[in-house]
Amino acid sequence: MAMLHIVNKSPFERNSLESCLLHAKPGATVLLIEDAVVGAAQGTVLSDRIQKALESVKLAVLGADLEARGIAQEKLVDGVNVVDYAGFVDLVTGHDNNQSWL
Amino acid sequence: MSEVKKFLYVNRKAPYGSIYALESLEVVLIGAAFDQDVTLAFLDDGVYQLVKGKNTEAIGMKNFSPTYSALGDYDVTKIYVEKESLEARGLTLGDLMDLKYEDEDDDWAEKDSIRVVSASEMADIMDTQDIVLSF
Repeated sequence: MAMLHIVNKSPFERNSLESCLLHAKPGATVLLIEDAVVGAAQGTVLSDRIQKALESVKLAVLGADLEARGIAQEKLVDGVNVVDYAGFVDLVTGHDNNQSWL
Repeated sequence: MSEVKKFLYVNRKAPYGSIYALESLEVVLIGAAFDQDVTLAFLDDGVYQLVKGKNTEAIGMKNFSPTYSALGDYDVTKIYVEKESLEARGLTLGDLMDLKYEDEDDDWAEKDSIRVVSASEMADIMDTQDIVLSF
């Protein structure tokens, strides 16, 4: 069963992303929205963790939230996919279930 | 609608500092009235919700701990607590409330509702649900 995990808290403030990655099964997708999008940037203390996560799960970020925070798409860890709001909906309908990490 | 769905309520926040824990408990009790297959998960700071011996008198908030003991009467009998989350906080099963239910399929024998599981087992539990509600 493929789960869409949605994280909306900065991983530098909360452990939501860390806990999500610990529980995400191979084949799942993790979508970062709102403050969580900062977690997908290169050169952070989390970049290696994100890189490693990409070996078993897919990672996506919401473009609108990236732009709002001044993070250029080129600054993301390689392999992270940027989606728009329609892409968000496609992710929801394209998975068996979804789970939010508040 | 007669189809029974598997509902998982995921609790990851400590009580009293925010409204999440109480709201979750209320939603669980309301949901229990609809005869669905309900499972509760407690991980990260959510494990603090089940710690026994709370006294909220001096902070002026209602202590809703006793309500967890009523879950068994609402057929909410599957309460999973993550081992890693307990250990990270210096807690053991002995620090948690003793939640029980009466098993109608076993001559109403009293059984433990709380089951401590690993993060990996918790991931499997999350993966087998129809609906996941997060608090």
